[in-house]
Amino acid sequence: MKTAITSKGNGTSAQFDLRFGRAAWFCVIDDETGNTEFFENDCANLSGGAGIKASEKMAELGVAKVISGDFGPKAKEYLNKFNIQMVILSNDSSSIETIISKLKG
Amino acid sequence: MPRRRRHRRIVAPPGFQGYKPYGTVGESAEHISLFYEEYEAIKLADYDLLKHEEACELMGVSRATFARIYESARRKIASALVETREIKTVFGNAVLDNDWLFCHNCSAKFTMPSNLTEQKCPVCKSDKIDFLNKLKI
Ligand SMILES: [Zn+2]
Repeated sequence: MKTAITSKGNGTSAQFDLRFGRAAWFCVIDDETGNTEFFENDCANLSGGAGIKASEKMAELGVAKVISGDFGPKAKEYLNKFNIQMVILSNDSSSIETIISKLKG
Repeated sequence: MPRRRRHRRIVAPPGFQGYKPYGTVGESAEHISLFYEEYEAIKLADYDLLKHEEACELMGVSRATFARIYESARRKIASALVETREIKTVFGNAVLDNDWLFCHNCSAKFTMPSNLTEQKCPVCKSDKIDFLNKLKI
């Protein structure tokens, strides 16, 4: 299973990005191997439809769970359709590695 | 005859219980109660940048009702800023979207897709989870 975390930068020391559709990067973690991969969000600056594009990207990458600070209504509709779990961590200014270690428990 | 109050659908509750001004001069007046649906109207229109047609559809209200909620939200926020008043969010007429769950252990909010069998928090694995719309905030 793969988990995606919205990230402000390319690397696990980067800050968690509270936006989903307009997140700068997506950090994708393979839950089995623990490997992380970063994908730049090339739709972050679209004037509309960024949420839908990002949701489709998640499905394409085979992500089962997305962690972000907020999901717009369109993103929510699409992620629901793809059976992708949405997780909201609000007011969280932690780094990607902190969130990854939380997930490992 | 009083108008019948209809429940409005909102997508997710605000991530705060209130806002307080700081560095104010003199006494602030009493707090302002911002309803969840008012927060939601502002979020849909001014943050998600939806057209009012789309926003009212999502909230399950008529265009006119949406306009009224949105106007009221803007006025409340404006008076809070100008009169340095505290904002408190209250339930209002909102009915929360059934999809969201809440973890009592780590405060994560999440959905539970139907293909998942494990009813646990996706972050901390706690089983102390509840539907958000059952919580009294
Ligand atoms: Zn939890």
